[in-house]
Amino acid sequence: MTTIKRPTSPHLQIYKWGAHMALSILHRASGVALGGGTLLLAWWLIALASGPDEYALFQDCMRSIPGKIVLMGFTLALMLHLCNGMRHLFWDMGKGLDVETTARTNIMVFLGTVILTAIAWGIGYGLV
Amino acid sequence: MAEFRLPANSTVKKGKNFKAEANATNVRKFNVYRWNEDDGENPRLDTYEVDMDKCGPMVLDGLIKIKNEIDPTLTFRRSCREGVCGSCAMNVAGTNTLACTMANDEIKGDINIYPLPHMEVVKDLVTDLTHFYAQYASIKPWMQTVSPTPSGAERLQSPEDRAKLDGLYECVLCACCSTSCPSYWWNSDKYLGPAVLLQAYRWLVDSRDEHTGERLDDLEDPFRLYRCHTIMNCTNTCPKGLNPAKAIAEIKKMMVERQG
Repeated sequence: MTTIKRPTSPHLQIYKWGAHMALSILHRASGVALGGGTLLLAWWLIALASGPDEYALFQDCMRSIPGKIVLMGFTLALMLHLCNGMRHLFWDMGKGLDVETTARTNIMVFLGTVILTAIAWGIGYGLV
Repeated sequence: MAEFRLPANSTVKKGKNFKAEANATNVRKFNVYRWNEDDGENPRLDTYEVDMDKCGPMVLDGLIKIKNEIDPTLTFRRSCREGVCGSCAMNVAGTNTLACTMANDEIKGDINIYPLPHMEVVKDLVTDLTHFYAQYASIKPWMQTVSPTPSGAERLQSPEDRAKLDGLYECVLCACCSTSCPSYWWNSDKYLGPAVLLQAYRWLVDSRDEHTGERLDDLEDPFRLYRCHTIMNCTNTCPKGLNPAKAIAEIKKMMVERQG
């Protein structure tokens, strides 16, 4: 019997990344980010209810460069989670699980995320 | 808990370099993971320069040539050399595959060869599959019936019902898919993994099997089945072109459907 502790073979260190793998972990990361984004929404609503000074403070924060970066991240996370979430609904129905379709829907999710984010920001700037 | 980094005894060090003969013109480097329990050292990556003009087309041909002509201590499993036995499953160029069906020409640059990921290494490219086989046994991979065996006849199956086993029965249990799955890396103690779940589905859809309910009961568990998060590494890596992710999705559907 061996008394030596056997090593664990390399895994993340050597496995080749694919878009399907990246989207899977991004789906989880964006889900966590949306939790933070919801706090942002709550702040917005509380500021709205607390009067003009509070609301002005919120607006100043969001109009700053760091604020815009956070908002952009929130929007990207929302759209990615939405698009990939719809793909998960199809997967749950047993559809689109083959290699070719997955490769196509990988691209669709990335494109959808960018396009929907652009539309949301376009509408947002139109309203300001 | 998921441990993303390798433990201290598992980090891979730089290894030896075996030069090709001076007159070789078509040389490729095979970087191969090495570990043995005798020298007390960490794993290392040895580099073998192989004259491809005197080497067969497949990755396995390269490994056999290395073992025969350069370094007889190199250890790996192989048997059929035609993708039927599943013995030579390993990580080649970052993806799990059978070394015997992967052509050297399909790989760009150096040919990097590691054992199946996140497994206990026995020696070099040989990993311990005891737990994997135990998980396979746990799903009772044989026909279970309650009705008496028809006298003097087989249990019959229509061609349509038989067709449902296509894409499932071809699995050679090489463990490429299970060891490609990050969910299996982090939770292989409780999660069954794609290969075993594909086998479970193979018996769930068999029209002759009469223990469908019990089989689903056994899988209804937060870990055994539901650690599948549709990462899709399994289907992308299967050297037999099967679709474990689809089989798992079908099991999840059966779980919902039986609730009515």
